[in-house]
This record gives sequence, structure tokens and C-alpha cells, in this order.
Amino acid sequence: MSSTTDDTAAGTVRRQRSARPDRAAWGFVLPFCALFLFTFVLPIGYAIYESLLKPVRSGPLGLGPAHIGFAGLSNYTLALKQQDFLDSFGRVLLFAVVQIPVMLLLATVLALVLDTLSSRWASFLRAAYFLPYGVPGVIASILWGFLYVPGVSPIVDLLGKAGLSPDFLGYNSVLWSIANIVIWEFTGYNMLVIIAQLKAIPQELYEAARIDGANAWQTALRVKIPLARPALVLTGVFSIIGTLQLFAEPLVLKPLASAITTSYTPNLSAYNEAFANNNIYLAAAESVILALVASVLSFGFLSLVGRGERSER
Amino acid sequence: MSVSAPGIDDSVAGSAATPGAVGGSRARTSRAGFTPSRILLVAFLAIAALYFLLPVYWLVVASTKSTAKLFGSFGLWFSDPHWLHNLSQVFSYDSGIFWKWTLNSILYAGVGGALATLLAGAAGFALAVYRFRGREAVFKAVLAGVLLPTTALALPMYLLFSKVGLANTQWAVLIPSMVSPFGVYLCRIYAEAAVPAEVLEAARVDGAGEGRIFSTVVLRMMTPALVTVFLFQFVGIWNNYFLPLVMLSDDTKYPITLGLTAWQSAADRHPELYQLTVGGAFVSILPLAAAMLVLQRYWRSGLTQGSVKG
Repeated sequence: MSSTTDDTAAGTVRRQRSARPDRAAWGFVLPFCALFLFTFVLPIGYAIYESLLKPVRSGPLGLGPAHIGFAGLSNYTLALKQQDFLDSFGRVLLFAVVQIPVMLLLATVLALVLDTLSSRWASFLRAAYFLPYGVPGVIASILWGFLYVPGVSPIVDLLGKAGLSPDFLGYNSVLWSIANIVIWEFTGYNMLVIIAQLKAIPQELYEAARIDGANAWQTALRVKIPLARPALVLTGVFSIIGTLQLFAEPLVLKPLASAITTSYTPNLSAYNEAFANNNIYLAAAESVILALVASVLSFGFLSLVGRGERSER
Repeated sequence: MSVSAPGIDDSVAGSAATPGAVGGSRARTSRAGFTPSRILLVAFLAIAALYFLLPVYWLVVASTKSTAKLFGSFGLWFSDPHWLHNLSQVFSYDSGIFWKWTLNSILYAGVGGALATLLAGAAGFALAVYRFRGREAVFKAVLAGVLLPTTALALPMYLLFSKVGLANTQWAVLIPSMVSPFGVYLCRIYAEAAVPAEVLEAARVDGAGEGRIFSTVVLRMMTPALVTVFLFQFVGIWNNYFLPLVMLSDDTKYPITLGLTAWQSAADRHPELYQLTVGGAFVSILPLAAAMLVLQRYWRSGLTQGSVKG
């Protein structure tokens, strides 16, 4: 920072000037950092602390007054022993393995097709496909809830007339009805990310591919998709994070579908522990486990993709 | 399908041969070929449009119906519409609580989003321009913040906030809304490209302090990135559900999303609430839908920024 040792006037000026940015920089960063500390770092620290506590009853037969004592890792072992909680992770992982590829495939295909269309139609369709992103998740769930319930839903009506009797809210089907809501909400957003990436590709590359005799499909598969890879990685990571947090959709559909239990997803389970069972210590442990699993999966996905990229070279 | 794709082929070739060609020439090429693959393509696009627009169309139609018609008539066509009556019901029910929810949503998303944008702009600018001690640590923390699921944070945040007495206050939703790690990330990338060191140096030579340089020169240069960050943050807060749900117990502090689910879950006891939920849902998506369509340009430019290094 102040490694210059010459005593010329210019050197002095430079030293003063570089000392100032150091202080100024922290002035700019500090407000954000303070709030970040208060809303990210401290809550996690406090949750970890709470997850290590439990109410301890004293006196004969444990009937005396309770006080809060150190629990060690017992909340974690308790959470991991609950079959419901483990099942909820299995459920969102199954959900992720099916829903994310379907959504990203649809988004990629739509992006590639819109990329070849005339601008007027492309911009209308782009807006139409992107519109659901502006509908809050809970509103989308209320909306689709009406579209799933027999008696209100025109979809069930029409399928009924066609001789089908779909049960969107049944024991096995409701998970995929939720997947449909998530696909509806986020495909357009992901499509837009991919389109943005495609627009950043220099036109000369398409030109070169055409001269080499590539047709539209070959251009799409061999040129566009590889070049859109960063966008696909980004949407993939955000989808993984989003899926693990699944909460609003099942909560809103819960009164309509008996298959949705209070521990249908990890988030729902933690919420239920905290507010219905009043066991904030167990809820804290469940939140920490969820945050951990989410970080491991998203970092794991990133490093997996990074490794693939390196080995290609 | 891969055998017969001359239609698409043409349009790609057309656009590639004349980069930046006027829409007209491309439209002509596409109109020329009514090949089977072209028809399949149009059908696919039309079905996709139907899928994405149908629920919204249903909502528009349903918001015009009475509670009885909501259940007793075909969902995709109007039946005895009285739209204005329904909307005034939404706003007057329970002595106008929907107004309060709307104002709360505007407060959380508008004020929270604006402050988050300003803080993210300042932090992103500093990370891009200055070489200071602790810079790498701050940036790593920001990245970790981007990758951490926000709802996994909401419950821990509730535990902390109730400890310090902030739970069930408007601050409990507003404060977390002012933090956007993704915004810092976007602003840093943008500032690296858009704020040249010479401009800063020139302003310093002219005697401007760093704060003044930021507020007069840098903010203007970073406007596209800032608009994008604001939009993302605004939509994120407007759509947020889990955080207000755990933080707020007093329904006069609810945002719209929370209020509408409260109506929806009470509807089996008070059937008139079905209609109010539908009407309220319709009202709540209007501002966002409008903002998204008008500001589409910013969405796209911001998305590229985000995915370049993603």
C-alpha cells in the first residue's frame, strides 16, 4: 500500500491518496457488512447455539421447574432419528431430480427456439413465458390450487368430459402437482437467463458454424448449448437452492391434499417444530441441517461442473 | 424431427448472413416456409404460451364472478361479471385491511429494495475499485450469502430477532430486505467494467472526496445495474412469504402475500372469502406484471451480468 520509499513530492501525494481509499473503501462496505452480519452471520451463529440447548427438568421424576441446559448434539441426533424429517429430505431430493431437469430442458428449448424467431413474435412470447415469475409463489399456489380442485377447476371439468378423472391432489400425484407450480413459476425466468447468455455470443460464431455446413440443430447442439453453459450452471445452482427451500407451495395446498403432512418438506418440518410444537431448539437444529445440506449440494454441484469443465480442456 | 428442419434453417441462415438485419426480412423468411417442422414449432410455442398464460386468464375471469358462480360456472368463461363490485369488496372488507397489506408490501418492497440497492451499489463499487485489506474476505462472505438458502435463514433470524425484541415489528421484515448479497455481486461485476479508474482519478484531482465521487459520478454510471438490482430485490421481497410468516403475528403488519393466505385458510368458515382471495390475488399481481413488462430491457441486461461469471 505505501511501499514507495522515494521522498519526491509525487511519492508523498501518491501515499496520501492511497491511504484515503483504504478508509473510504470501508466506509462504502461497512453499512452492507453490518447488516449482513446482523441478518446472515449472527442468526446462523445464534441458531447453532440454540441447537445445542434443551430444556432440562429438575427434581424427582423430572417434574420440577424446567431450565435451559446444554444438550450437546442430542437435538441433531433426535432430528436425524425422526423418520418424517429424513423422508422430507428424500422427498425434496426426488422432487429436485425430476423437476429441475424438466424445467431447465423446457427453458433451454424455449430459449433456443425464441433465438431463431423474428423479433416481434419473440418479444411477445418471451414476455408471456416470463409473466408467471411476477406472480408470488403463494399466489401461484392459491391459483393452481383452484385449478386442481374438482368443482372449481375448468381443467378437471374438461378432462372429465373427455372421460378422464385426474386426481391432482392424490397421495402420489400431489408432489408432481407442486412440481408443476414450480415449473410454471420459474421456467420463464430461467429461459430469460439462457437467452441473455445466447445474446452475448458473437454472431461470427454462428456464421462460422454455417460456413462449416452446420444446420440449425447442429448449431444449437454443438455451438449454442456449450456456449450457454455458464447460464445453465447458474440456473442449476439457483434451482437446487430453491428446491430445498420448498415451503409456500405445499403449505398452501395442505388444506386441499391430505397427503401433505406437517413435515412434508424440511422447511415445513422446522417451521412446524418451532411454531406448532414450540420446540425451538429442535427447530434450530433442523434449520442448521437444512442450511448445511443446501450449501453442500450447491457447492458440490459447482465443483462438479468446474471439474467437468477442466477435464474437457 | 431432426430430418426436416429447413424452415428453422432458413431463418437462422437469414439472420446470420445479415447480422442485425431488420425484423422484416427475417419475418419474410419465416412466413415463406409452411413446412411440417415449422407447424410443429408454432404448435409447440402456442401450447407453451397457453400453459403460461391460462392460469392468469383464469384469474382474470374468476375475479369477475360471484362466490356462487366461482363454483357453479365454467371456469374459462365469464358468467354474470360484476368486477367493480368485487374489487370494492376486496378493498373494503374488514375495514379496509387489504389497503394496509398493500401499503405494507409497498413499504417492505419499495423502501427495502431501494436501500438494499444503495447499499449493494456502494459495497459493489468499493469491492471493484479499491484494493483494501479484508476485500477478499468480504467478497467470499458475499458469495456464501448468495448460495445460502434464504428460508433456511428465516427461522434462525426469527430466533435472534425475538431475543432482541424485533419480532412482530415492521423492522423484522424491513431490515432483512435491505441486504442483497446477489446485488453486491452484480454491482461489483458491473462496476469493474463500467467505472474506469481514470474518471475517479480525474475527479480526485478536481478535489472531490470519495463520497462525493460516488454520489455524483459513480451512481449515474452504474444506473443499469442498480435498476436491475432494485427490480430483483423488489420482486423478491414482494413475493416473500416465509420471512413475514415467521416474523409477524399482528395482521395489520402483514404484506399482501401473507394476508391473502390468511383469507384463503379462513375461507372454509367464511365462504365469501373465496371470492375475496381471488380478487385480491388479481390485484396483487397487477403492479408486478406491469413493472416487469415495462422494464423488460433491464431484466435482460442484468441477467447477462449475472451469468457471465456464474
